[in-house]
Amino acid sequence: MLMFYFFAAVAVLASLLVIAQTNPIYSVLLLIASFGALSGLYVLLDAPFVAVIQIIVYAGAIMVLFLFVVMLLNAPREDTDEDVARPPAAARSGSMRLGGLLAVALGIELVWALTKGGGESGAFPGAAVSSVAEIGRALFTDFAFPFEVTSLLIIVAMVGAVLLARREREARER
Amino acid sequence: VTPLLVAQIVLTLFVFVMLLNSAAIMVYVERKVAALLQQRLGPYLVGPKGLLQPLADVVKLMFKEELRPAAADAFLFALAPIISATCAFAAFAVVPFGAETTLFGLIPEGLRLQVADVNVAILVVFAIASMSVYGIVLAGWSSNSKYSLLGGLRSSAQMISYELSYGLALASVLVVANSLSLTDIVNRQAGAWWHVLPRWFIFVQPLGFLIYMTAGIAETNRAPFDFPEAEQELVAGYHTEYSSMSFAMFFLAEYINMVTVSAVATDLFLGGWHGPFLPESLGWIWFLIKVAAILFFYVWMRWTLPRYRYDQLMRFGWKVLLPVAVVNLIVTAAGVLYFGA
Repeated sequence: MLMFYFFAAVAVLASLLVIAQTNPIYSVLLLIASFGALSGLYVLLDAPFVAVIQIIVYAGAIMVLFLFVVMLLNAPREDTDEDVARPPAAARSGSMRLGGLLAVALGIELVWALTKGGGESGAFPGAAVSSVAEIGRALFTDFAFPFEVTSLLIIVAMVGAVLLARREREARER
Repeated sequence: VTPLLVAQIVLTLFVFVMLLNSAAIMVYVERKVAALLQQRLGPYLVGPKGLLQPLADVVKLMFKEELRPAAADAFLFALAPIISATCAFAAFAVVPFGAETTLFGLIPEGLRLQVADVNVAILVVFAIASMSVYGIVLAGWSSNSKYSLLGGLRSSAQMISYELSYGLALASVLVVANSLSLTDIVNRQAGAWWHVLPRWFIFVQPLGFLIYMTAGIAETNRAPFDFPEAEQELVAGYHTEYSSMSFAMFFLAEYINMVTVSAVATDLFLGGWHGPFLPESLGWIWFLIKVAAILFFYVWMRWTLPRYRYDQLMRFGWKVLLPVAVVNLIVTAAGVLYFGA
């Protein structure tokens, strides 16, 4: 239980600090720390396979690409000239009020969802998440359709990204 | 406090110290073998046959001044070598290097010669390898120097490209072995076919072994794939701005990564601690011999082959190695399905 609170605290703190950073590189690193803590939680749930996959896919692969983009765009700080020259706080009170309202609503929702669930332990069978063979079988039989749809979605996103990048370059060459 | 717990802690410390030593030994071996291949003498002044040269190197590194560029990001600059060294040490934790032992009857139960017995060990090795990219990227970025940045970007691009083939080579072995645990994989390789040919997976997966070693050399940034430190182009790549002990940590990480890649190759393809003539309890001697052979091969490669060009490396990684690895995996999977595991 102590380990749970440790990992949970790290995950929540790191996620909060991600949005509190002005330097995007630090945001990326804190997000990696948060993923690491999540993976620790998976280990505590007796699902080492999911934990390692979390590290390989999110912390290892996706975040490296994030870091690349941040570095190559060379955006050291987020407060650009527009941000510095933005209207004083009084003029922004409208949007701040809306933001505050949304935050309170989210908080209420979270409390409601957590208390309603009563913190019961999950009903999934232990073997289903700890055995690689079981995960593979479930993924390619019961969940074959969602699996394929997800991969299709990712391919569409990739093709779209390539297309957008190409169009920009062609426009510049013209 | 049980004897087993004490033994486990001693084992962990032992592995840590031996990894540190292996880096020192590798520095000496590398210089001696390089000298041999180039018909020189190599280090011979410090100690008998220059054996104390690594010690002299370490002392020199410790007494050097720790420099940091004024415009560098102080925190990340200090963090980067720590990430590199930590990942290098951590990866070895799941590598088994000998059969279960009672240490000549000192402890009641058998002790596995492995720091952490994880049932997804092979994936843990892969995950830690993918995390070690960060040490290099951050070192390159935080130094605020063009050579460091280019070196860091190059090496991370290289590591990401070769990681795919590396992972697929691992996958083809685990399909054959039908397990993700390195201990299980090693134990599947015990015995011999027709009493002659050892049941090593290198004979089942010759292509997989080649892919693994090629990708492994690229992963550890060694010649002929040592672009991060192509001195003619990038001074010293990502660690250009580092000095003293923080440089030593990168150096250490590089050598320990080599040892880990060799040890994993031994476990996956060369039968781990299984071998003829020696009883099971002395299997770790076989393990050491095999790892040493691969490490010698590493050094031999470095002083034999010239460095590739960067675009050649990328083309080779994506257009040759990756398709071959995919085909190898598919053929292996089909074979396992057809002939049964």
